[in-house]
Amino acid sequence: MIYLDNSATTKPYTEAIETYQKVSEDFFANPSSIHSLGGRSESLLAKSREQAASLLGVDPDEIVFTSGGTEGNNLAVKGAALAYRGRGRHLITTTVEHASSLNAFHQLEELGFEVTYLPVDRDCRISFDDFKKAYRKDTILVSVMHVNNEVGTVQPIREIAEFLKTKPTTVFHVDHVQGFSKVPLELKDSGIDLCTISGHKFHGPKGTGILYVRKGTSLSPLLSGGGQEGGLRSGTENLPGICGMVKALRITKEHEKDGIGHLLALQQQLRKGLSRIDDAVIHTPEDGAAPSIMNVSLKGIRSEVLVHALEENQIYVSTKSACSSKDSGASGVLLAMGVDEQEARQAIRISTAFENTEEDIAAFLSVLADKVRQLKPVMR
Amino acid sequence: MIYDYLVIRFGEITLKGKNKKDFVLKLENDVRAKLSRFTKLDVKRHFDDLEIHLNGEDAEPVIHVLTRIFGIQNISTAIKVENNLDAIRAGVLRVMGAEKDVHTFKIAARRKNKQFPVHGSELNQELGACVLKNCEGVSVDVHHPDLTVRVEVGYHETRIYGHEYDGAGGLPVGSSGKVLLLLSGGIDSPVAGYLLAKRGATVDAIHFQSPPYTSDRARQKVIDLAGKIESFGGTVRIHIVPFTKAQLAIRDQIPEDYRVTIMRRLMFRIAEKEAQRTGALALATGESLGQVASQTMESMNTINQVTNLPILRPLITMDKIEIARLAKKIDTYDISIRPYEDCCTIFLPKAPRTRPDRIHAARFERALDIDALVDEAVRGIVVQTAADENQKDTFNQLL
Repeated sequence: MIYLDNSATTKPYTEAIETYQKVSEDFFANPSSIHSLGGRSESLLAKSREQAASLLGVDPDEIVFTSGGTEGNNLAVKGAALAYRGRGRHLITTTVEHASSLNAFHQLEELGFEVTYLPVDRDCRISFDDFKKAYRKDTILVSVMHVNNEVGTVQPIREIAEFLKTKPTTVFHVDHVQGFSKVPLELKDSGIDLCTISGHKFHGPKGTGILYVRKGTSLSPLLSGGGQEGGLRSGTENLPGICGMVKALRITKEHEKDGIGHLLALQQQLRKGLSRIDDAVIHTPEDGAAPSIMNVSLKGIRSEVLVHALEENQIYVSTKSACSSKDSGASGVLLAMGVDEQEARQAIRISTAFENTEEDIAAFLSVLADKVRQLKPVMR
Repeated sequence: MIYDYLVIRFGEITLKGKNKKDFVLKLENDVRAKLSRFTKLDVKRHFDDLEIHLNGEDAEPVIHVLTRIFGIQNISTAIKVENNLDAIRAGVLRVMGAEKDVHTFKIAARRKNKQFPVHGSELNQELGACVLKNCEGVSVDVHHPDLTVRVEVGYHETRIYGHEYDGAGGLPVGSSGKVLLLLSGGIDSPVAGYLLAKRGATVDAIHFQSPPYTSDRARQKVIDLAGKIESFGGTVRIHIVPFTKAQLAIRDQIPEDYRVTIMRRLMFRIAEKEAQRTGALALATGESLGQVASQTMESMNTINQVTNLPILRPLITMDKIEIARLAKKIDTYDISIRPYEDCCTIFLPKAPRTRPDRIHAARFERALDIDALVDEAVRGIVVQTAADENQKDTFNQLL
């Protein structure tokens, strides 16, 4: 099996699963129970938070454990907009955000907020100038993804963060779900107030994630209840998931330095190989993209057909993002980039992880070339 | 990596005459121990400073650890260059380039090596001019510069210093003998422990618990607090005293308004015995004059009667607000406000006596078998460290 759909989800580390199981069995007590069993769970939860904070270079009370990227984005976007609605009603985001963020903004529009959706260029990148022009005195929230989930483009987060450092009435949220461990992002003193990451994108268990909430940032909680996670996310803590994720976080951080270089090498190999295939149009820009994602259209072949054809050889890639591939329309991200509709329907996404090898990529490229040869006459 | 190494300057220990070497060795050991997880570092001891060679290690996390070690006055980032003017110029520019947000600067050059052809003041002008020529948007400010670039021309090489970070001050841990701190779990006592550790004391903690009236969480709280004190100093051992029986005896036998006074007298007797048993030379509390009934002058007079040991009260003249501020600084505040009852808050009378006296206290105590209560409590003491090694191992494996 060659798994190249790591932006959809990753295979969990064995160690993370072991932790999940052990904590489920040995630390089943509710951290809020006052007996000593609860105390042990509470201590483990506190230690997890400390470790997560130190790995991310922030303070423990800035870590909110969530159920993943969708919840993180929802809590950040809606939570900040509602908490600061007294200050203003204008929000800024981009046209190419993940559905969990975009749809949260649509919901806010229904509630009377005004949203500016920044357009992207052919590389899927917003322009910092556009952002500055869109910025207003009553802008209370800016939310931009670090790495685009479909094409891998890196957005100018640092410039926006620097600009917003001098604007204390605007909260800045970064959706870092695809960027984490692929494109480093400093959080402390960076001008970023909120940052979402998701556990299963770096080999942690499903249903886990972290929202970084910089000290002094208010959020209106989505879930009301017993006041867990500093009142921002009520509900009995998913301790096994949290611990499994923190374990995966630690392992990922250990591999990050060499891993990013490795991904870059694989990406270059992919680009070189794809350029040799006739009618392959690469959408992932050469500069300023994450090393883990490669989006390409094979002219004349619909993406679903290619995904299924590759899967006959146990090679797994995806059509656009897994979360939006159920509606059969073309990718909104590619359309926003100015790719024509037919070509957009022919795009596949190849996404790698540290564990992928040069051999994986070579095998993929050779199978892909075969499939393209086979499928083309049929499709035409 | 721009900086080659860090220079650690000592605080008061440089005043200590012949003992200086002992103090410096203690500090060096402490620095080595606390930095052990940074495997690339080399630590070198000189007469006036410790030099840490970074060997490619990131300076920032190392500095973060160093700013929590007592006995350090300040820490500077630094580079070394050859003893010639061109190399020094280039070095100064390198340092200017490495520091962020510098709009004004000043050069402070010193020539230890008088053979060096350029005098200190000439060197200042020379290097200042070089910076003005090469760095955009900076100007000289000799009074309040954003950055003072210090240049020290030595015999073999020249050191150029970048930003200077304040150290924690104080004396190296373990240089001042052992004290037994009454640690309740409130806001004040951990701050007292921190201040004692700052002055070089080895701090042990004694904690009174009264199960089932107090919960296990109250004990955990004290362990976490001790852990915070430990992060500044050496190992904090916690002596946990079973206090239920004594407290029930007090509740049943002592008039309500004297219960707090008598309880404190019992605590001091028990603490004194434990101090003698474990080599502590003084007791310590987080009391602040007049803060509560047991902390009036009369109360302290009445309570002190039962022991000959010195009782150190580092917070005695501090306001609650000042104490809380310090508690936040050393990260104990959030632990202290966890809402678990400790033995001082259970059976609390409605109106404790604010001006107790020794005569009444002694008379009321006759109703109790003091020696038996003290002995039993001391026999039941369990000593543990803040870092519960078993739990730490389990957690480390899991996470």
